[in-house]
Amino acid sequence: MSLSTCFHCGDPCNDVITYDDKAFCCNGCKTVFEIFFENDLTCYYDFQSSPGAAPEEIVGKYDFLSQQDIVNKLLEFNDSKTQVVNLFIPHIHCSSCIWILENLHKLNKAVTNSQVDFGKKTIRVHYNSGAITLKDLVLLLSSIGYEPYISLEDLSNKKNQINRTLIYKLGIAGFAFGNVMFLSFPEYFEVGEFWLEHYKPLFRWLMFSFSLPVVFYASQDYFISAYKGLRAKILNIDVPIALGIVVLFLRSTVDIIFDLGSGFFDSLTGLVFFLLLGKYFQQKTYSFLSFERDYKSYFPIAVTKLSANGSEVPIKVYDIQKGDRLLIRNQELIPVDGILIKGKARIDYSFVTGESETVSKISGDKLFAGGKQTSGVIEMEAVNTVEQSYLTQLWSNDIFSKTKEDGFTTLTNLISKRFTIYVLTIAFMATFFWLLVDSSKAMNVFTSVLIIACPCAIALAAPFTLGNMLRIFGKKKFYLKNATVIEQLAAVNTIIFDKTGTITSNKTSTAVYEGATLTTAEESLLKNTLRGSNHPLSRTLYDLLAENDITALDQFEEHLGQGIEGMHQNDKIKIGSAKFVGNIQDTITLNTSVHVSANDTYKGKFTFYNNYRKGLSKLFNDLKKEYDLAILSGDNEGEFQNLKKLLPSKTKLLFNQSPNDKLEYIKFHQGEGAKVLMIGDGLNDAGALAQSNVGISISENINVFSPACDAILDASQFNQLFQFIKASKSAIKIVKWSFILSFMYNVVGLYFAVTGQLAPVIAAILMPLSSISVVAFTTVATNYLSRRLNGNKKSKDDKYHVL
Amino acid sequence: MGVIYILLTISVIIAIVFFVAFIFAVKKGQYDDSYTPSVRMLFEDELVKETKKKSIKTIKD
Repeated sequence: MSLSTCFHCGDPCNDVITYDDKAFCCNGCKTVFEIFFENDLTCYYDFQSSPGAAPEEIVGKYDFLSQQDIVNKLLEFNDSKTQVVNLFIPHIHCSSCIWILENLHKLNKAVTNSQVDFGKKTIRVHYNSGAITLKDLVLLLSSIGYEPYISLEDLSNKKNQINRTLIYKLGIAGFAFGNVMFLSFPEYFEVGEFWLEHYKPLFRWLMFSFSLPVVFYASQDYFISAYKGLRAKILNIDVPIALGIVVLFLRSTVDIIFDLGSGFFDSLTGLVFFLLLGKYFQQKTYSFLSFERDYKSYFPIAVTKLSANGSEVPIKVYDIQKGDRLLIRNQELIPVDGILIKGKARIDYSFVTGESETVSKISGDKLFAGGKQTSGVIEMEAVNTVEQSYLTQLWSNDIFSKTKEDGFTTLTNLISKRFTIYVLTIAFMATFFWLLVDSSKAMNVFTSVLIIACPCAIALAAPFTLGNMLRIFGKKKFYLKNATVIEQLAAVNTIIFDKTGTITSNKTSTAVYEGATLTTAEESLLKNTLRGSNHPLSRTLYDLLAENDITALDQFEEHLGQGIEGMHQNDKIKIGSAKFVGNIQDTITLNTSVHVSANDTYKGKFTFYNNYRKGLSKLFNDLKKEYDLAILSGDNEGEFQNLKKLLPSKTKLLFNQSPNDKLEYIKFHQGEGAKVLMIGDGLNDAGALAQSNVGISISENINVFSPACDAILDASQFNQLFQFIKASKSAIKIVKWSFILSFMYNVVGLYFAVTGQLAPVIAAILMPLSSISVVAFTTVATNYLSRRLNGNKKSKDDKYHVL
Repeated sequence: MGVIYILLTISVIIAIVFFVAFIFAVKKGQYDDSYTPSVRMLFEDELVKETKKKSIKTIKD
């Protein structure tokens, strides 16, 4: 029975609770099931098996929601009767989630409407504010395992309007393109037919009016970008495009005014439509991920302040003053630097450093902002305000206000510079030639060259290739901020890793036993004693030890901060610090260790080592051929020897690096011409990730927060990093091949243009044909690449992953 | 052939009607979330089945 999984959350059950013939892992899960059962919502379990999450303990956590000014800032809409709120719920992951959350009104009548946005993992709830408060609503959601995530960020940025202009523009261009195509069709084939001649002006002026919104609204961005480029003296790809659009429009208008021809309205609208389509395709965003996070998305809105008379009041984090007494509950985040006053603190700094091992603090110790209290309630005194805290100060560095794209010239813009110059030269030379030969054709040739050379296909090559790569990477759990990241990734020559949490895995560590061998009886006793302790090290050690029969201990005692003691029949065992078990001569080591003594004789110690991610050695050996590698760790040198054994000898290893040291290290190397890829995970890497050319954040669970970066890589895919970089390079090659393909079309087009034979129908065929073949080529090529990426996936795990 | 004027007017009007419908749809946010509605539309039936199941259960109890 011990192997059964929870009906609600799917976790393996240690102590099974049975209810309605179903197994549950804890009372929390059972309660949620009961709630659903009573309200006839058990359908929840039909869509997906065990979709739920065990509700967390939240006593007092949301007390700040009783403060009206905080509530007002969170609400989207508020009148006397109805309130609307949009909450982010990280647990939303399947259709069951959507179903249960949209049936929230069955659990509470005051909820009038709730709507889930699955992509963003948000729920918008309309509710009757007379019957239920926001706090009650949040508690209701938490009680069914859907705890909303409310952070400091929600307080500062109000309702960012969704930008839909691209969809409008695309719609307008598509609408105009279709209608113009349909109106210009008669003239493609029938020339000089009586009725056609008669109605020609009508058709042409209709096309003209359809193209007006395309030129003046839909293609706005190209003119703006071209203008900006010219002002900065850069010939970006939008310069020839804008030139092409202007020439197309003017030439066509002149043509129909003086009855010289039917104009190029079909090509014009088609061009803009295809270009916008490329832009739309490239704009793939992972709305549930955020690449712009700073400490604000980690920090709570409010904490509990102890006022002078001892009463507890919620206080907004920004309002915390020096000297304030704060009450931090279990699982709450410390928002400011401070000094521990009362209680046993066990702080988890994994948000900050990526290190999952908790740190014990006693009264009088300094606590840093960003740590999470993990055992019981503590009281602390603030010594800094939020902005002045050690961690948050990092964000005052200018690097956080810069955008990386500014300094980077994309491949397309690099090509377009030469391309524009060549096209203009050809246009002028051809015009000059025709001025001498037949001056009436000169203007025609000049405009034709600019029209046919409009680099539609070139402009589409990169968006479609990179956009498709973005999707392929996304399927492989490598989420990029935008398509430019692929180009930047391909250009990297130096790779820097953070240690803790990045190349080591958060979840498990290994322990090595040194000392006298333990007898079977002792081992069984050890395991059974550890079973009773909730200390993280005990839990880790317990999981690592071989399975033993569960025997009840006669006596068990836990000495906080020192160790545990267990007795069974006549055997006694002590587990804990060196002093606690009576080992005086232990030399101080940098690694965490746990000592064991049986019947008052010292036996030995378990030393914990980091567990490195699978495939680490192989990855580094693959990378070392082409890249400079370095490891920057905020930790001490305890793992130095281990890392030396694992990694290629060239790898630089630097320890005791502060967040700012990391940033400066990268800056220094960039100054020497290095293109740096930084791979990190904690908030302490945020500066380094921002400074690097490409910052990748490793995440064990992508729903959990990661610092601002260019890409988020799922930890399970860590050993695929080399493949991802290789694929990015291949993607750049595909873009280059597409350029060559579109140049060939341009040469054909230019032949017609230079010889003065460019009829609208030729332009109308060539332009879409070149665009479509480039898009087809890039799609086929990137999909082939993705298949190769799949093939490589089954690379053998290397033998070094466990020490 | 004067009928061409009517035909053109009709075709343009129809095109514009659809275009306006598109603009309205975007404006109302129908393009903001393109995934959830596809799941939501499958729920209605389950809900009916569920209520039936419930009534059987209450009889049993």
